[in-house]
Amino acid sequence: MSKPIIATTSLAGCFGCHMSLLDIDERILELAELVEFNKSPINDIKKFTKKCDVGLIEGGVCNSENIHVLKDFRENCKILVSVGECAIMGGLPALRNNIPLRECLEEAYLDGPSVENNEERIIPNDEELPLILDKVYPCHEVVKIDIHLPGCPPSADMIYEALVSLITGKELKVPYEAFKYD
Amino acid sequence: MGQKLTIEPVTRVEGHGKVTIHLDDENQVVQTRLHIVEFRGFERFIQGRPYWEAPVLVQRLCGICPVSHHLAAAKALDVIVGVGPDNISPTAEKMRRLMHYGQFFQSHSLHFFHLVSPDLLFGIDADPAKRNVIEVAREFKDLAVQGVMMRKFGQEIIEATAGKKIHGTGAIPGGINKSLSIEEKMKFLIGKDPLNVDQMITWAQGALDLFKDYHKKNKNLIDNFAKFPSSHLSLVRKDGALDIYHGVIRAVDTEGNKILHDIDYQDYLDYIAEEVKSWSYMKFPYLRSLGNKEGWYTVGPLARLNTCDFIPTPLAQKEFEIFRAYTNGKPNNMSMHMHWARLIETLHAAEMIKELLDDPDILEGELVRKGNKTIEGVGLIEAPRGTLFHHYRINKDDQIEMANLIVSTTNNNTPMNRAVELVAKSYMNGQEKITEGMLNAVETAIRAYDPCLSCATHALGKMPLEITLYNSNDEVIDIKRSE
Ligand code: SF4
Repeated sequence: MSKPIIATTSLAGCFGCHMSLLDIDERILELAELVEFNKSPINDIKKFTKKCDVGLIEGGVCNSENIHVLKDFRENCKILVSVGECAIMGGLPALRNNIPLRECLEEAYLDGPSVENNEERIIPNDEELPLILDKVYPCHEVVKIDIHLPGCPPSADMIYEALVSLITGKELKVPYEAFKYD
Repeated sequence: MGQKLTIEPVTRVEGHGKVTIHLDDENQVVQTRLHIVEFRGFERFIQGRPYWEAPVLVQRLCGICPVSHHLAAAKALDVIVGVGPDNISPTAEKMRRLMHYGQFFQSHSLHFFHLVSPDLLFGIDADPAKRNVIEVAREFKDLAVQGVMMRKFGQEIIEATAGKKIHGTGAIPGGINKSLSIEEKMKFLIGKDPLNVDQMITWAQGALDLFKDYHKKNKNLIDNFAKFPSSHLSLVRKDGALDIYHGVIRAVDTEGNKILHDIDYQDYLDYIAEEVKSWSYMKFPYLRSLGNKEGWYTVGPLARLNTCDFIPTPLAQKEFEIFRAYTNGKPNNMSMHMHWARLIETLHAAEMIKELLDDPDILEGELVRKGNKTIEGVGLIEAPRGTLFHHYRINKDDQIEMANLIVSTTNNNTPMNRAVELVAKSYMNGQEKITEGMLNAVETAIRAYDPCLSCATHALGKMPLEITLYNSNDEVIDIKRSE
């Protein structure tokens, strides 16, 4: 039997969920034996080279590129997992959802106390920069998500057990206490 | 108009950073830009939140070094609650320091083992498919286990001080919410899982030896690659010692002359400003005294070892002396020596952890102090990647009214752009096609800064890049990706 294939990505996340995956410590070496990693920052594969069994998504959707990556993951992965609060509900970056985007940009580039020499009132805007969305969206509002792992970040144990259960088909038991933001 | 090249994350969609290069009619490089394509808006959306939330909110900017944001925010709030940065209790300061050195240790180890070691072990010219940490784990299992254990040690120190490995809660305005238990202390001092601090010191020395050996064999590359004159800025302790938690701001020019004389960071706005450019979400900081053209500076491990006078732990001090002697005491401007400096700091962090674990204040004492509240405060800290500024003002209802953050990678914005320009000019002038060598070189130059813009790649792999070449009419003439 060939090994199950896993892909991972970070959208509008802080990379803490990926770090939590690394916090499985020595088990990362076991995992490397059990599964094959495809597109992921973990191994330098930048584009899907084959269909994957599991896609782990960290982070919500805040710009046009995030949408593109997420759809690419949906097309290439059998099971998609929203890992952490950002993927599940936008997380902390979604605090900007109540504020007009323009105000966020003005605060950073026009009104910040250390901003100088910006007489032309420049706000970054270049064809090289992706379009920022009006809001930060949860992943499941963009594509179908099969599994949600709560936490900011979900604990290393939870991520590991979820992966093992997906690989072996065993049922994943998430304790009631784990259903919280942090 | 000439041609233009773009280098960007390979899928075009994992937006962290990308590079464009413009060529003129003679195919000479006329302009290079490193674009930062992410925007979050923290400065605005934390307005209105109660101030004591800042240390737990703002750390969500970065899951790789959340402790830095956690502590920088807490230090700013120490000022706001009227305790002041110099007056928190010994237990609070030492617990915070322990947390911070734990983070340095884990972050620097991770960088070395995951990012740098594949290049050292397999060679920079090896098949890119081979140069990754999974292959290291396969072929150099012992070393991979070391890397995993060093990271684990640092992460467990963070857990013991902050309650959680990622996004903890330890530091609060005016102090800390716990001290260390004797069990925790003994585990780190003499325990077996994770292995104890003495083992960590030995392994840190081993990593340093590995690098020095590589340096000996690859002098030309390590000494000359992406080397350019720069000013350097960092915190130093008041007596000039390397200090990553607290001190004054010092900057030196490329000759080593002081251009910022140990200033109080509460006044940072008098000395530092930022420029906005339309093509990047990351601003460009500079020293006001030298202006936006000349005032840029480098931060991070290399800058810290260039600004400080000595390292206050014996083993790291010895290595520091060797490091300094290599450039005859002048600032070291060799980009690749960033790795060397980082490993000396890793050793220093392990030594500091040992010293702190042996300190009785860490086990008991006053946790929080109170003072007369003010409305504004600045917190500064050296994050693994460099100086990090947090500045908050609150209103009468204790809500945050203004927040200004200058993060480490932002401080390195201009130097990273310089490094890319330098490499582009030496590889691209006269070319119409993007070479593999060019792509690797740009990656390597950016990676030396360990930028958080490539958070994704910082920890686990390498900076994914794509170069697009534009001609004088702004038409794409070539695209190349690192795969
Ligand atoms: S859920 Fe938390 S740890 Fe994960 S990406 Fe979001 S902020 Fe970071």
